[in-house]
Amino acid sequence: MLTVNDLHATVGGAEILKGLSLDVPAGEVHAIMGPNGAGKSTLSYVLTGRGGYDVTSGSATLDGEDLLALDPNERAARGVFLSFQYPLEIPGVPALTFIRTALNAQKKARGEDEIAAPAFLKLAREKAAALKIDFEMLKRPLNVGFSGGEKKRMEILQMAILSPRMLILDETDSGLDIDALKIVAAGVNALRAPDRAMLVITHYQRLLDYIRPDRVHVLAGGRIVASGGPELALELEREGYDKYARAA
Amino acid sequence: MNLGQAIRDRDVAELPGKRDEDWRWTDLRGLIRVVPEPSAPVDPRDVGQGPFEHLVSDSYVIANGRDDVRIAVGPGEAATIALRLLARGAGAHTSRVEVHVAAGGRLTLLETYEGDTGGYVAHAALAIRLDDGAAMERIVLAADGAEGVSVSEAEVQLGAQADYGQSVLLSGARRQRVETRVAHPGGGAKLRLDGVYLLADKRHADLTTVVTHQGTDGVTMQMAKGVVRDQSRGIFQGRIVVAEGADRTDARMEHHALILSDRAEVDAKPELEIYADDVACSHGNTVGALDEDALFYARQRGIPDAEARALLTEAFIGEVIDRIGHEGAREIVRNWAAERLKG
Repeated sequence: MLTVNDLHATVGGAEILKGLSLDVPAGEVHAIMGPNGAGKSTLSYVLTGRGGYDVTSGSATLDGEDLLALDPNERAARGVFLSFQYPLEIPGVPALTFIRTALNAQKKARGEDEIAAPAFLKLAREKAAALKIDFEMLKRPLNVGFSGGEKKRMEILQMAILSPRMLILDETDSGLDIDALKIVAAGVNALRAPDRAMLVITHYQRLLDYIRPDRVHVLAGGRIVASGGPELALELEREGYDKYARAA
Repeated sequence: MNLGQAIRDRDVAELPGKRDEDWRWTDLRGLIRVVPEPSAPVDPRDVGQGPFEHLVSDSYVIANGRDDVRIAVGPGEAATIALRLLARGAGAHTSRVEVHVAAGGRLTLLETYEGDTGGYVAHAALAIRLDDGAAMERIVLAADGAEGVSVSEAEVQLGAQADYGQSVLLSGARRQRVETRVAHPGGGAKLRLDGVYLLADKRHADLTTVVTHQGTDGVTMQMAKGVVRDQSRGIFQGRIVVAEGADRTDARMEHHALILSDRAEVDAKPELEIYADDVACSHGNTVGALDEDALFYARQRGIPDAEARALLTEAFIGEVIDRIGHEGAREIVRNWAAERLKG
């Protein structure tokens, strides 16, 4: 699925990723943990093609296809989805309109038929109910005036509707209380599938109690400095990042 | 200075220009060397149909300044009326329109400026009067030609408890200006004064408003937005004056503009002049590019760049268009705006 090899990237001239390598096979959930400033968000933006994040060397491929050569929307159409740490507010665009526009744009890029309005509404209604999102909220401009928890739920809703193959969750637990966290985690877990992979980026172990990873990687100083099973997350929770920060 | 008179007298010395504070960005005196000959009459069979005419029972057409118009709505009556001001050719002309809505009356006025490709110079003066408790919504679609010079000036006098809403849509011209001056008596009267300018090529549009709150307990809500591209220029001048003693005035002004190219320009002058003590007044003014973060967010969801830009720009303007009360007119305006935003 996702293969990142010796990736170097700069932001505003400063090198943030310094030879990051990572392999996330289909069907697996990998967690990326690390201290603040380690390059966690940079990794998510480099993989999704945000402007201002320049790859200087290395590669990132999805099922062998060079992701870095594609526009952000082309990567999305190939199935790459980023759940933002701080989801954007889109004033004037109802959530339903935004999601349908995105879904149809992806379908068009893949040469599939667009989804008709009634079928889309049915799909949105079904997925919203599963995430305990009031359907009326979807008629309001996307994320405008939504609470932190509501915004995160909207991210998961978009994920559920767009049905991506490679999911990147950037600090999805930030700003969530425990009830919201459980709902969001259940939404994410419902998307676990043999043909999907997930990269869960988080500072705290808490989220991983609910979204159980197959592998845990420690990102420090722009590189993966340690990898292990779920027990590694617990160790980090107990002992902190100090020894890895020093290693980096 | 009276622009209509200057045009009728063909007296360029009397045209407003740089030295007039309210006209410094729309300098007609510097632009017009000679006021053209009076515009020729337009064959009445040749005026076609206006964008709103299918929505109304009554329609008035002023072509090249011929025939002044008086619109009167009696006490308790309701009317939806189209007013079309047509400019054809390269002549000069002026028009006068009087509108009176009696107590308890309701008027929806769907006003259009429809220009051809000629280098005309056109001026319209509107005198609008609402008696106590009257309501009016004025929607102005100013679709002038690229070479025209078109100025519309409205004086609006509100009665107590009157409710006046206005939405002006401008697509620019060689010079285009829609100015509205409102005498606001307070007394529970409500004013909404919205505007949108959508400019491309070398077009110029000027949205100017002056509201004077003269009594207590008046409300003014103003939202103006603009999108400029290519080498176009948008101007917003909004002044709200709260006279001494006009306490408990609630006045909010917002102007936001998107500049989509390096060579486009926006000049904005929002002004609050407050001489009363107990008021709630605010203004906000922003001019900038499309939000790159929002753009990336949309693209990350699969929406291609051009489509994402169009979506965000339409949404930006949509906030103003959504405030139009007349549903049929609102959808026509929305489509008109979407057409203009296609780069």
